[in-house]
Amino acid sequence: MNSAIATQAHSGAQLGAPVYELSNVSKTYARNQVVALDDVSLTLRKSSFSSVIGSSGCGKSTLLKIMAGLIPPTSGRVVLQDRPVTGPRRDIGMMFQHATLFPWRTAVENIVLPIEIRDGRAAAKKALEKAHELLDIVGLKGFENVYPNELSGGMAQRASICRMLITEPAVLLLDEPFSALDELSRDMMNMELQRICREQHATAFLVTHSIQEAVILSDHIYVMKPRPGRLAEIVEVDLPRPRTLDMMTTPKFGAIVDYIRGLLDKGEDM
Amino acid sequence: MSVTQTDQPRDTAQDTVWVQDVSFIDSIPRSVAMTFVLLVFIGSWQMATSLGLVSPIILPTPLETLQDMIFVGKNLLTGGYMLEALWITLKEVFYGFALAIFLGFTLGVLVGETAFGEKAVMPYLVAIDTMPKVAFAPLFVAWLGFGIESKVALAAFIATFPIVVGTAAGLHAADENARMLFKTMGASRMQTLIKMKLPTGLPQIFTGLKIGAVGVMAGAITGEFLGGGKGFGELIRIAASQLNTPRVFSLILYLSLVGLALYVLVTWTQRKVVFWHKERVGAHDG
Ligand SMILES: Nc1ncnc2c1ncn2[C@@H]1O[C@H](COP(=O)(O)OP(=O)(O)OP(=O)(O)O)[C@@H](O)[C@H]1O
Ligand SMILES: [Mg+2]
Repeated sequence: MNSAIATQAHSGAQLGAPVYELSNVSKTYARNQVVALDDVSLTLRKSSFSSVIGSSGCGKSTLLKIMAGLIPPTSGRVVLQDRPVTGPRRDIGMMFQHATLFPWRTAVENIVLPIEIRDGRAAAKKALEKAHELLDIVGLKGFENVYPNELSGGMAQRASICRMLITEPAVLLLDEPFSALDELSRDMMNMELQRICREQHATAFLVTHSIQEAVILSDHIYVMKPRPGRLAEIVEVDLPRPRTLDMMTTPKFGAIVDYIRGLLDKGEDM
Repeated sequence: MSVTQTDQPRDTAQDTVWVQDVSFIDSIPRSVAMTFVLLVFIGSWQMATSLGLVSPIILPTPLETLQDMIFVGKNLLTGGYMLEALWITLKEVFYGFALAIFLGFTLGVLVGETAFGEKAVMPYLVAIDTMPKVAFAPLFVAWLGFGIESKVALAAFIATFPIVVGTAAGLHAADENARMLFKTMGASRMQTLIKMKLPTGLPQIFTGLKIGAVGVMAGAITGEFLGGGKGFGELIRIAASQLNTPRVFSLILYLSLVGLALYVLVTWTQRKVVFWHKERVGAHDG
């Protein structure tokens, strides 16, 4: 644990300024007295990509929801861009496992929905042009006016990336965004995500169950242990950027994957 | 030798072409099957009456019924007294349905949107919905008299409940993902209702409207049976009291057409409004 903190401090010096700061965040669900998070502190730096990995039920989604301002922590502080998070914020973009596009809106209408809700119909209309550009970026040119039931699972998830990006959020919170996709599309989507994050200089925080996915995308991987949910270790991934899928066959990649798997197995014994 | 043999595709049609089993019933178009049932029905009806199995006072022959339908049809088309009666019933149905939609939708949103309504009001609405609501007909007549008002009230009373229940259920149809998404976008309660919960619930709301459309017809006619007036129900009651069964049958058939038209109107509106929701007519593909 100590060494992990040291690693973080070390790598922090190379990256940008702190964007997200969580200090001593704990969460106990009142309904069933489950301690979902216990004393979690972390710092995300500008343009960094971090992942959180851990067994099912260890509190990953809870952590993300607290960071997004969807639920309050029982104790502790969450600060984003020097302002405490006390509710949903426009500088946060979020994506879930399901694309959740609304079937009565075309792809492009789904994408401008966040603008429509925040700034009204007129603003949404102005954002249409940008929505078209985003669809082009994720490879959905020509599908602007298609209704979601004509999109495949992967295409729907691409559209939901666009919906997240349209408000130009400073941070992206991703809760297993591609876990419903097959492995091939998933790899492609991950590379796409990396490219988008680089282009937009976005800070990303990804919840995943896949060690490979975490390693190929992240600068830092937060390993969580369950009951109560807490950060056990921070693993730094010093593979060069941009990452490519070929890197998954390198010994270094394998070594990091093995190391994290070891940490997670240890967690299961506890 | 044997290897090359198995690699070759065998060329009998049976082995290479995969023919899907289509049963005889599946191969008949729906319209043909329905016409067949109708003909069998009318045929047995004709048999039962012409063989004297049933007295003509109890059951007229199909031909008699058809002749009377032509007579009633002429009266309707020439603006006779029957058209006036039909017009009154149509008005009751229209006002009753409009009132039921307004009340049902408003109550449904209140009940579906507020925790209090859900907890304290909904159980009562469900309880009343299970009651035989036509039993309230004499009350409405006592309160509102023998005019059109008591029929409108009964029709609306019957049709309101399915619309309330459908609307309230529809507002709960949105899943956790959609709710969470709207929360992250910082949507207000009103925005969440209008842009997400209501559209998501439209299929259920229309189910309520369809049940309501059936109920509103039943309400108007029951009201006329019990509360008099000058509507189509009154014509039926008079014909029945004179043992003019062909007239009763033909009037009922015309009334069914009105009910069908209303139902088709609601279904058509649903197709236009809820264009993304594909609903199948029957249990089988067809
Ligand atoms: N709304 C809630 N009310 C009560 N308890 C909850 C609630 N949400 C989560 N929990 C509990 O908190 C713990 C952590 O849940 P959480 O959803 O954060 O886990 P997770 O790491 O995201 O799991 P998974 O990998 O399966 O998605 C679990 O024990 C869960 O039962
Ligand atoms: Mg989760």
